Amino acid sequence: MATSTPPIELRRLARARTARFGDPEPLDTPSQPQFTVEDMNFFYGDFHALHNLNLTLPSLRVTGLIGPSGCGKSTFLRTLNRMYETVARTRVTGKILFGEANLFDYAPTLLRRRVGMVFQKPSPFPKSIFDNIAYGLRVNHLCSRSELHDKVVHCLQRAALWNEVKDKLNQSAFSLSGGQQQRLCIARALAVDPDVLLLDEPCSALDPIATSKIEDLIFDLRRSCTIIMVTHNMLQAARISDYVGFFLQGKLIEFDAARKMFQFPSNKLTEDYITGRFG
Amino acid sequence: MSRARANSPRAHAYPPPHKKVINVVMLTLTGLCALLVVSVLLFILGYLVWNGARSLSWNFFTKLPVPAGQTGGGMANAIVGSAKLLLLASAIGVPIGVLGGVYLAEFGKGWFSFAVRYTTDLLNGVPSIVIGIFVYTLIVIPQHHFSTLAGGVALGIMMIPIALRSTDEFLRAVPNTLREGGLALGASKAQTVVTVIIPAAMQGIVTGIMLNLARVAGETAPLLFTAFGNQFWSSGWNGPTASLPVVIFNYAISPYEDWHRQAWAAGFVLLSGIFLTNIVARLLVSGRRSTSRS
Repeated sequence: MATSTPPIELRRLARARTARFGDPEPLDTPSQPQFTVEDMNFFYGDFHALHNLNLTLPSLRVTGLIGPSGCGKSTFLRTLNRMYETVARTRVTGKILFGEANLFDYAPTLLRRRVGMVFQKPSPFPKSIFDNIAYGLRVNHLCSRSELHDKVVHCLQRAALWNEVKDKLNQSAFSLSGGQQQRLCIARALAVDPDVLLLDEPCSALDPIATSKIEDLIFDLRRSCTIIMVTHNMLQAARISDYVGFFLQGKLIEFDAARKMFQFPSNKLTEDYITGRFG
Repeated sequence: MSRARANSPRAHAYPPPHKKVINVVMLTLTGLCALLVVSVLLFILGYLVWNGARSLSWNFFTKLPVPAGQTGGGMANAIVGSAKLLLLASAIGVPIGVLGGVYLAEFGKGWFSFAVRYTTDLLNGVPSIVIGIFVYTLIVIPQHHFSTLAGGVALGIMMIPIALRSTDEFLRAVPNTLREGGLALGASKAQTVVTVIIPAAMQGIVTGIMLNLARVAGETAPLLFTAFGNQFWSSGWNGPTASLPVVIFNYAISPYEDWHRQAWAAGFVLLSGIFLTNIVARLLVSGRRSTSRS
């Protein structure tokens, strides 16, 4: 069935962004590649988790990765900062460029400083709010003791958390709500001024209001930081992504500008998934 | 028909009568067993407090023992001796146990860490008197005399397996998200362990050490032929020393009434010390809970 008009669900998805931000134009104008992935394969022991990925992730854009559970999108995300190396018996073949340099030539610590990551479950350290933000600056020796306070303040402001925590910087980070904890984790990742921020389903443990605050934050950050986000929520992907990659069973089915993919998906599988016919 | 059945009280009898009987019998049995356990414990405690507290005096803490047959005197040397032995034991057992536990939980993998865990569990099951013989052969025989050093080493060896396994367990209970959180900020593995994981598990590790200390404080067998015993003060680490458990043992099997009295008092003091350590350990744990909430 060749349709010239997209199904209703797709139009709804395409409108989601306008409704949320009043900005109908996603930033899908060309930019420098942030990651260039060529013929990448990923193995957990004998299990072939990702098959022959080829894609270019643009810099200073928000890229959403969607797909059903177990399709490999989180695995792909964890390859980009080489966090997969902490799991035994994992192996990557193929080529990944970070900017123009080989990803695997980086020292993991340097790479992870430049490619920050926020996880599904808010995971503040059992330290004060201040020390959580200062952690990355301290372990990387990124600033002097006298600059530390200003940097932490700046970082909390950048993550739009300052007004909520300015009176309790020395309290435990666990005193914050789940949504605040997750924004604290984003602020903590921003503190080391990364080029890229990887978000692994950052809103899946949060309520809608906390989710919308995180989306606002992502929207504000996209001009200063490349954001790559895994999400299970199609509407969320439609609201905030400039580009979208659709994964299915370890393969990249489609990668395109969000407004094109959500209105005129070129692959039948993509259309089936985003209109909710499976997954 | 079905309506009539549904309305009859028998159809509604739940639980059915035989289950009610089983329930009552089992509840009584479990309750009796629980009562038995608690009453034995309370009886021992009560008897010890009754006899021990009655025999306690200021002299007990300040005076040396007097020769057999005379009354009076105290156990100042045994109290200090026990403290010295525990200090030495901690100096040996805590660093080895904690560092080994950090290795096992954070860095060890494969057959080596399996072997370490397995042998540690075996060591934990070795009777304490065997450890005493081991240290006797290792230190006492070459030196030709008993010593505080030998006693401390014996207790220290006893502390290693528990310190190691409790550190291991508490570290492994730290959620993996914290490890990944540290690594994701560009910290190295070692930095993450030192600055995030160990502080997160610190209260648990300290609690484990306290309980461990309380356990070896009451050990008698490994001290019998290492620290031996001493009627007088023992200066330094090289001479035999008195310790509370060994004094209790010696006094309790003696024929003198006054020594029995003092053995009770020593038991009471030892128990109070262990009890206090336990309370401190629990306070530390609950302190951690309240800070993580507030």
